[in-house]
Amino acid sequence: MTGPRTRSGLRATIAAGLAALTLAAVGCSSGSSSQGTGTGGTTTAGQTVPTANLPVLQKVGKEEGQLNLIAWEGYLDPKWVKPFEQQTGCQVNAKYAGSSDEMVSLMKDGGGGQYDMVSSSGDADLRILYAGDARPVNIKLIPSWKDFFPAFQSPPFNTINGVHYGVSLQWGPNVLMYNTKDFSAPPSSWSVIYDSKYKGQVTVPDNPIQIADAALYLKSAKPSLHITDPYELTQPQFQAAVALLATQRPLIEKYWALASQEIFDFKNGNATVGAGWPYQVSSLKAAHFSIGSVVPSEGATGWADTWMLAAKAPHINCAYMWMQYISTPKVQAEQAITYGETPDNKLACSYMDQMQPGSCAEYHANAPASYLNSISLWKTPIATCDNGKPDCAPYAQWVSAWNTQVK
Amino acid sequence: MESRPLRVALRVWVALVLAFLFIPILLIVAYAFNRSNIESWPMSGLSVHWFAVAWHDPQVRAAFWLSVRVGIFATVLALLLGTAVAYALYQFRFFGREAISFLLVLPIALPGIITGIALNSFFSFTGVQFGTLTIVAGHATFCIVVVFNNLIARLRRTPGSLAEASMDLGARGWQTLRYVTLPLSATALVSGALLAFALSFDEVIVTVFTAGAQNTLPLWIFGAIRLGQQLPEVNAVVTIVILLTVVPVVLAARIAGAGTVTRSARNV
Amino acid sequence: MTQAAAPAPTAKTRYRRHSVSAALWRRPWARATLLLTPPLAWFVLIYLASLVILLVTAFWQINPFTTNVERVWSLSNFTTIFTSPAYLTIIGRTVGMAAAVTVVDAVVAFPFAYYMARVASPRTRTALFVAILLPLWASYLAKVYSWLVIFTHNGILDWSLSRAGLGQVHLIYSNWAVFTVFCYLWLPFMILPVYAALERVHQSQLEASQDLGARTWRTARLVLLPLALPGIAAGSIFTFSLTLGDYITPLLVGGTSANFIGNVIYTNVGIANNLPFAAAMALVPVIIMAIYLACARALGAFEAV
Repeated sequence: MTGPRTRSGLRATIAAGLAALTLAAVGCSSGSSSQGTGTGGTTTAGQTVPTANLPVLQKVGKEEGQLNLIAWEGYLDPKWVKPFEQQTGCQVNAKYAGSSDEMVSLMKDGGGGQYDMVSSSGDADLRILYAGDARPVNIKLIPSWKDFFPAFQSPPFNTINGVHYGVSLQWGPNVLMYNTKDFSAPPSSWSVIYDSKYKGQVTVPDNPIQIADAALYLKSAKPSLHITDPYELTQPQFQAAVALLATQRPLIEKYWALASQEIFDFKNGNATVGAGWPYQVSSLKAAHFSIGSVVPSEGATGWADTWMLAAKAPHINCAYMWMQYISTPKVQAEQAITYGETPDNKLACSYMDQMQPGSCAEYHANAPASYLNSISLWKTPIATCDNGKPDCAPYAQWVSAWNTQVK
Repeated sequence: MESRPLRVALRVWVALVLAFLFIPILLIVAYAFNRSNIESWPMSGLSVHWFAVAWHDPQVRAAFWLSVRVGIFATVLALLLGTAVAYALYQFRFFGREAISFLLVLPIALPGIITGIALNSFFSFTGVQFGTLTIVAGHATFCIVVVFNNLIARLRRTPGSLAEASMDLGARGWQTLRYVTLPLSATALVSGALLAFALSFDEVIVTVFTAGAQNTLPLWIFGAIRLGQQLPEVNAVVTIVILLTVVPVVLAARIAGAGTVTRSARNV
Repeated sequence: MTQAAAPAPTAKTRYRRHSVSAALWRRPWARATLLLTPPLAWFVLIYLASLVILLVTAFWQINPFTTNVERVWSLSNFTTIFTSPAYLTIIGRTVGMAAAVTVVDAVVAFPFAYYMARVASPRTRTALFVAILLPLWASYLAKVYSWLVIFTHNGILDWSLSRAGLGQVHLIYSNWAVFTVFCYLWLPFMILPVYAALERVHQSQLEASQDLGARTWRTARLVLLPLALPGIAAGSIFTFSLTLGDYITPLLVGGTSANFIGNVIYTNVGIANNLPFAAAMALVPVIIMAIYLACARALGAFEAV
């Protein structure tokens, strides 16, 4: 039953196969690796956007029936998604991501081409752009864009040298959340989440960008560090922020990675104070829980989101329809109130007051300039500081410090 | 053999383990009736409307049917490939037999996240579009082991002389397969297939890395869990799934129990 | 010279028609190859190939800004893992947790499997089978979430304990919670192989041991346990490897120190998009499981189930 042919045949086949595969893996140079050598493109900080010269859509054609979106939890509420699906016939498939890093990663998934758009924040946009994962948008095909506040029409995080790569969406702060039963008055400072009085009751996001929140607090609490921009930190400033977070660690009940975790923790009494998004606040309020939120005296970090168009978007007509739909004043108002953020469309204010009286002022939809200045919007930390010196901690260092020194 | 006190102790142990296994399941069913969409203890009120929500939700239906389709494809693939390997390894002795056994165990022995990221980077690298096929590929890889294990255990308890006797009596290869070998291993194949389907239906980690812009039921559940506002709907869906599978599981248990050859050995 | 009618089937023609199956019967290597090629092709071309690519990726780097993979060969990922106390702690913690879960599950499963295999009536046995298989159909995520409600502040566990006057234990977001949930999730995977092994033990062997004078405990320890060991080893492969790579349970139920190998791999792939580092980290459980499988094979795990 056993013959010499069997033994050597199988052995040889397996060995040859493995060898061939290893060679193929090493040799081939196809696939989604290494930055594209863009022919042309535009330059910022020595980098070029590989896709800058891709042609834009000239006219929105027939809907493709599907639309694949990567979004923050709460951005695809059926309240505004269902009417869109009915009006256009584009079925929305939602993929939720809890951090900008996840979004950058998902955009690369499968070599790109999985998703049509991503609701990325300022700290993800440039990384997506320079990786070549976004494509230029013909802003003339989005009429509502003309009604946006000037600050958000062509902001530096989604428009490079006049080329738009998406349309601005909404923006908001990372708020200090607290249980109104445990705090008789809203806390006036971020110091409460660093206070050992609340040991075991604090929750903050599981996200390296949280280092900026610590830096923002130190900007006021330790002026000797001379922190100006919480995202441009020299090594001593960076180490101070990381050290503060390391001392915060024993106070933390849970670093939340999913929005639902923070909602659950507040509702069940696992946490009484922490940093979170307005989405958690509105969810808890809708469930009649005693939640309060505030932007303390030091200000807050925040985010300005863009619906960015993927370079290999498979459903480009539906994508344009979505960009226009989500920019209309009524939908902007709906999303702003439901989530708890500020719309980019000037005309949304009146709709907001119709839906919920006083909401326009509550979310600063009428006077964004001064409020905007108190929020340090997310941006990707790079090694070159604002003053041109290469002293600052790049994002990779933030990630490494977060995973090894803080957590 | 066992003394009276020992039997009593064993019964108590079994009861405790069953309680341990089923309390979380009962909680899932209970919280499907939770009126509030945020879970807390005690429940704030009862309501059945989440079942209606789950039943009419098109996303849930799409996810459910995708899970069923993927499960069927993966199980069929696992049956074909797993059976082939099991027969080959059972009947032939050759160099590399041990290596192949080892290779087959890898998808289950290695953590799912490794299989997931390996397949993810492989598909990205070779330019394969992520979709139903890639999910099936990921699932089939570990389903094959399950079928293989069940079948080879069964085959090892079957005397090889039966197939030879059949051939002696003039049956051709495929006749022997159809009339002798398959009926003997049928129960092992059925229980292997059911276990493989169950593993595929509930698979999360590998699916996260091999799915395209679509949801199997576990992926839908994960998305709903992220939002934190649809948990009772998740529990309602899971409750319905458990109810749907009680009958097949009972059948499977009967078949698996009936196919045991060594039952008679106990009474020797 | 009339053409003859078709000759009646003789033994010779019948033999020729059966020649394919006869040829295969006489050439066992042909049958083996025919049977083995599809599954092996699947495994080698898809699974092994992807593992090899992952291994190769571990030696590369990423561009820190765009996080695109760059084919710059280097050992830095490995040096980072093996010289950093943070990562070594994580590895130790994961292996410890996997071992603890395996031991506890084996201890819990053994009496249950024994009862199922040797004491229960056939009807009870079927019912117990159903009871074991049914939890596998309830979604993993939903089950973990139930444990959150059990462990949470003033949740079912603490509420019951304080009602009984025993004080609260505050297990939520601790490694004890993670440990309990792991033990819970993988228990059926340990019970089934142990049951299969115990079922195959001949009654006569146990009776012979008793005839020779050994009482219950001694028989159990010296006869039953060694015979059941392959089943325990097979089940332990599941519990050990499933714990080694899981990241969802620590993410949902664990606290600030619930950082395991699976979490590091996941955050590096899905979030930091540092595939080379994740691949390097992924090699650690691969090596651990290779060693574990070798030990399990020595214990006869691959003869069981």
